[in-house]
Amino acid sequence: MDKRKRGLSGIVSREIVHLRKNRELLILAIPGILYKLIINYLPLIGLILAFKYYRYDRGIFGSKWVGLDNFKFLFKSQDAYRLIRNTLGYNFVYIILGTIVALTFALLLNELTGRMIKVYQTTMFLPYFLSMALIGFVTYAFLESKSGYLNQIFVSIGLEPHKWFFETKPWLFILPIVAVWKGVGFSTLVYYAGIMGISSEYYEAAKLDGASRFQMMMRITLPLLKPLIIILFILSLGNIFRGDFGLHYFVPNNVGLNFATTDIIDTYVYRALKLRNDINSAAAVGFLQSVVGFVTVVGANIIVRKVDKENAMF
Amino acid sequence: MNTSTSQTTSNEVTELRLPENESSRKPGQSSNWFINLFFILICGFIVVPFVLVIAISLSSEQSITQNGFRFIPEQFSFEAYRIVFEVPRTIIRAYGVTIFITVVGTVISLLMTALMAYPISRKDFRYNRPLTFYVFFTMLFNGGMIPFYILMTQYLHLNDTLAALIIPLLLSPFNILIMKGFLDKISLEIIESAKIDGAREFRIFFRIILPLSTPALATLGLFIAFAYWNDWYNALLFIDSDKYVPLQLLLVRIITKVEFLANSPFATAADKLKYASFPTMSVRMAMAIVAGGPMLFIFPFFQRYFVRGISVGSLKG
Repeated sequence: MDKRKRGLSGIVSREIVHLRKNRELLILAIPGILYKLIINYLPLIGLILAFKYYRYDRGIFGSKWVGLDNFKFLFKSQDAYRLIRNTLGYNFVYIILGTIVALTFALLLNELTGRMIKVYQTTMFLPYFLSMALIGFVTYAFLESKSGYLNQIFVSIGLEPHKWFFETKPWLFILPIVAVWKGVGFSTLVYYAGIMGISSEYYEAAKLDGASRFQMMMRITLPLLKPLIIILFILSLGNIFRGDFGLHYFVPNNVGLNFATTDIIDTYVYRALKLRNDINSAAAVGFLQSVVGFVTVVGANIIVRKVDKENAMF
Repeated sequence: MNTSTSQTTSNEVTELRLPENESSRKPGQSSNWFINLFFILICGFIVVPFVLVIAISLSSEQSITQNGFRFIPEQFSFEAYRIVFEVPRTIIRAYGVTIFITVVGTVISLLMTALMAYPISRKDFRYNRPLTFYVFFTMLFNGGMIPFYILMTQYLHLNDTLAALIIPLLLSPFNILIMKGFLDKISLEIIESAKIDGAREFRIFFRIILPLSTPALATLGLFIAFAYWNDWYNALLFIDSDKYVPLQLLLVRIITKVEFLANSPFATAADKLKYASFPTMSVRMAMAIVAGGPMLFIFPFFQRYFVRGISVGSLKG
């Protein structure tokens, strides 16, 4: 007992010596440490709101505990099921579609030479640089029901015009197209950079053996790119619970009639907070998103570490 | 001593650039017209939607009601732009807010990012591992929108302030990790020799580390500036009055729900009236061009720095 205490105080006093030695570097980090504490760590306490009936005048700690009532309410309506289905479903489609398109583009870019590569890359990057708020205008020009360009095309080929914003089905196609259109420049670049990282010795050797371009692509580029593809895929699966708020808020124009196929957790929480003033179900659904999101991210990383230790985040 | 070291670090930074050389893996140019054609089509598919927005903004309101949106306006008109600039106060104010938060935010953010990244990049710093975890953990787990909103508005009382647009983006863990990656390459010997000369850590940071990492700071600064310029999320959450509306929120305010107000059978008479007082379609598109346009023209110049940063960051981030 006595011995352990001495050991503990020994550790403390040794730590104080260390603290003194590292004092200056620690002081440099203080602004960042405080910032993270207030902005990122303090809100974690707020997660308990999922189990409380929040009232602005009583604050987080003064509000009444209600157990799982907020969740009960959420699951009694169809909301919870719909939100989880939409968030997971869309993200899964974005990941699969985005990977296939970007990989194809990167492989094709690799077949090209000269200045045009840069031109294509720059052009494909354009939507990535613009905010979703602005992208909302672009999609609106196509989807507007009276003058929108898409309806003009539909009419000119003899199809019925649609009121896109008041329907549910079309969004299953529109949203993935917009997502890929906006993100393809970025993800193509990632894969292209990966291809550029492959040593040219492989290709030289293959050339000596008389391999065709297509054989090189299938037998060298793709297999060597496989770890990168798998890792990016798993990492994005880890983020599957985190939806693209901007895409699902601005592009469907916040019209209630399409919520069945456009509403995701992020947009639901925002609307509950700012428009419906229904903090309780928003806190419950937000709690689920944080906790399950954490589990999937950590899970994804454990898998990545098994595949390839180098590329794991931790 | 200083000049030679800055030489080596900047060399290391340029090495990280995306390889541009055409190696032997590349085939001859002539055989690839088909792939070129494919990419030209794709690029068209990417750019054409923006052309439509520009065309609408240049169409007269009458030709829109008659023919709908067209890529080539039946009747050219600068009327929409005239209306936008007739009362330019809103848009000038929005530009002012956006430029202010971008400049101030980027400067503070860069400094704070470097201040945090430097200690955790030092191998001889006792607390570098726990602090890296402390920063990194926030990428994995967060409280989400509701607790953050309540913290900002009920406890820090930042709603409807410029600070609410600046503070949330100040310190991204992703940027810290990129910065740390750059700083890892600075050899400990420079720092050791400065210490022998009697310099304190504070001085070493400002006199040696910051000047050595200008290439990294430039790339990161660009990232951060773009994030501030394009940020609508915090404005949407925290700005309710008309006082501090940045460009992105201005855009949001003139487009959201417009379809509902205009065409929904469920819209009330009051809704329809509200819609009637909204700007017309061409004016709205002109606003989008005026607010978002500069980015369209500036971005090709910055794009290559971006590409460099992304290819470094994403492959090892």
